[in-house]
Amino acid sequence: MAERDEDETSGVETTGHEWDGIREFDTPLPRWWLIIFYASIAFAVIYWVLMPAWPLITTNTPGLLHYSERASVMREVAAMRAKRQAEGAQLQRATLEQIEKDPQMQAYAFAVGQSIFGDNCAVCHGQGGLGGKGYPNLREGVWLWGGSLEQIQQTITYGIRSGDPNAHNSQMPAFGRDGILQPSQIDDLTEYVVSLSHRPADAAAVARAAPLFQSNCAVCHGAGGTGNQLVGAPNLADGGRQWLYGSDRASIHDQIWNGHGGVMPAWGRRFDANTIKALAVYIHANAGGQAS
Amino acid sequence: MTVVIERNRKAGADATPATGGAPISVAEATRAKGREGSGLYRKRTPIYPKLVHGRWRTIKWALLIVTLGIYYSTPWIRWARPAGAPQQAVLVDFTGRRFYFFSIELWPQEVYFITGLLVMAALALFLVTSLFGRLWCGYACPQTVWTDLYIAVERLFEGDRNARMKLDASKWSFDKLWRKVGKHAVWLVIAFSTGGAWIFYFHDAPTLLKTFWVGQAPMTAYVSAGVLTLTTYGLAGTMREQVCTYMCPWPRIQGAMIDGHSLQVTYRSDRGEPRGPHKKGQSWEGRGDCVDCNQCVVVCPMGIDIRNGGQIECINCGLCIDACNEIMVRLERPTGLIAYDTDEAVAARRARQRPVYPLVRSRTIYYGVALTAVSLLMAFGLATRSPVDFAVLRDRNPTFVRLDDGSVRDGYTLKIENRSWERRAFQVSLGGLRGATMQTPGAAPSAAPLSVTVEPNQVLALRVLVTAPPASLTAQSEPLIFTLSGGGRAWRNASVFLSSDVAAQ
Repeated sequence: MAERDEDETSGVETTGHEWDGIREFDTPLPRWWLIIFYASIAFAVIYWVLMPAWPLITTNTPGLLHYSERASVMREVAAMRAKRQAEGAQLQRATLEQIEKDPQMQAYAFAVGQSIFGDNCAVCHGQGGLGGKGYPNLREGVWLWGGSLEQIQQTITYGIRSGDPNAHNSQMPAFGRDGILQPSQIDDLTEYVVSLSHRPADAAAVARAAPLFQSNCAVCHGAGGTGNQLVGAPNLADGGRQWLYGSDRASIHDQIWNGHGGVMPAWGRRFDANTIKALAVYIHANAGGQAS
Repeated sequence: MTVVIERNRKAGADATPATGGAPISVAEATRAKGREGSGLYRKRTPIYPKLVHGRWRTIKWALLIVTLGIYYSTPWIRWARPAGAPQQAVLVDFTGRRFYFFSIELWPQEVYFITGLLVMAALALFLVTSLFGRLWCGYACPQTVWTDLYIAVERLFEGDRNARMKLDASKWSFDKLWRKVGKHAVWLVIAFSTGGAWIFYFHDAPTLLKTFWVGQAPMTAYVSAGVLTLTTYGLAGTMREQVCTYMCPWPRIQGAMIDGHSLQVTYRSDRGEPRGPHKKGQSWEGRGDCVDCNQCVVVCPMGIDIRNGGQIECINCGLCIDACNEIMVRLERPTGLIAYDTDEAVAARRARQRPVYPLVRSRTIYYGVALTAVSLLMAFGLATRSPVDFAVLRDRNPTFVRLDDGSVRDGYTLKIENRSWERRAFQVSLGGLRGATMQTPGAAPSAAPLSVTVEPNQVLALRVLVTAPPASLTAQSEPLIFTLSGGGRAWRNASVFLSSDVAAQ
């Protein structure tokens, strides 16, 4: 072997290579580092034998333990499903009213409801359920399609204009866009709707619009404009604080002209009946207003 | 890279005075280190403490038995509590989230009592250290106690200092093998029973003792027992004084506690010097009492020479005092050449003055007052601890809801903690807002107080919706007071009722 090449100043052996007058120390590796290094190699070999490691053409070496991360996740999901099934069993037997009144079932329904609501409903209805333009407020006791427990359950299960045969399907016509009414008639109807909530309105226009309202609108909104939950027609005589598309004249005109109506999915296709029950109880119990 | 690693220099510098000869170059020192192995750390010099007899050794044996006795037996003390509650006197119940200490039961919310206890322990340690030096290190620290025990086992198998040194230097033989294997086996048994005892503080001891051996104890129990077995074996068996010297921060902190008047194991240099060998019958005139017998060094578990003065390694255990006294008695000289004494006293004697031992000094007053204050605060807190706690959390989203009749509703979650072992009935009533009604979700609103029952040792989270008529809302934020009453006592909790400004609409 060649002679040891040592650095003059420090006395540490160098590698013997030289680049532009710079030489590299050949400091021995720390013992603890070497031990860890060899231990890692040993660990890797053991790992190859026990765990899936080497890729083959269509599969991989399974390892002696036949461990599969995917299988482990699926087991956990199955276990969680079974656990939920067991815990939700009492919800299945109980009626919505019983769930709401029983403190234990109510607590369970709230826990399920809150998490499902946050992940699925809050996107449109808001985290606190206060809604927004086009999306109903679920907290203030005003219900388009009815606020009883059963009605809420029904709405969640089948949705609104969701394409489901049992969904709430009625839709307000676009009186202006589709040419059902003349623009001047829509102007008059706007004044009429304003007057229904005892707000100041053009009396002449109101008088002209009265027969129009009875022939075009009353079938859904009622002769007095008080609405009908069977067809999701809002009460037009309540001041309009909770109207989905606004209550000023421009908004009312726009709504009569275009007949906006949103879509809510049929959640019954995604969640089991117990989850929907829990959700209905959670929404109903935390909402103001109507008892079932 | 041509970085000159600093530690190489240091190693060289260390080597220089030790040789006593001409200074050697860094290069030479590094080569020397290379010959003895990797140069990344200073190799430990083995210490073979000799057995000693005397007052301090006896006290240390007694304290060893007492402290280990407390450690091993505490989890086995039973304590009568109501049915359903753990019957173990001292228990840190992580699953149930409770800490039991005899008649005291603490909830996680009251962790400040533990903080207070730690502050008290720290202040007491400061006070004791400033008065009497590192008594904790020398007598009560687990590192010292277990190391003492391990050295005793070592002595049992391998004999005292000289026998052990000879054994270590000898070639491997059957005799050496069985002694070494026996020693390590007993060490491991002690280590395992140490780790094994620890887990009993966290689970019902008799149950755990059974489940542990059949593999049904929680994984944390096995892991804790395993980790503590290894640390006990490592710290007390092989690392020993290195823990105190290199790992423990306490010796550094203690520098700030100790002053010239703190008692420490002290070599009374005024009496001992000049030292030197002494022949029987020789006169003691003109010389010190130290005969340089080296007994204080060979008994030292830290491997230091106390005659060099107070040192960071010294744990104040007093074994050198016993060793020296033994020699002094044999020489028919007065004992106490090494003794618990202060630097100031030694200096005073050297100046032929009367040594004084002022226990009351500014630092002992500070530590004493602080300790008393914290202790009183803790005692007051424990004595006036309420069995019930009541908290109100107002909903943040939505902050408020306007109902179709114009009234406003806010949501609250009331947390009612029943820390006692009886079921408690409470009434929750509302105040501060005229016409306000209360309801739990799904129930009908009412102005009457709500009746609730809280199970023993439980927290009830009660959701309450408060509705107020528009007429009573004059500001966006109105004060709202929840009162919890029950068992002749009442707890008030002030919150607010938020609404938009009704008047502005």
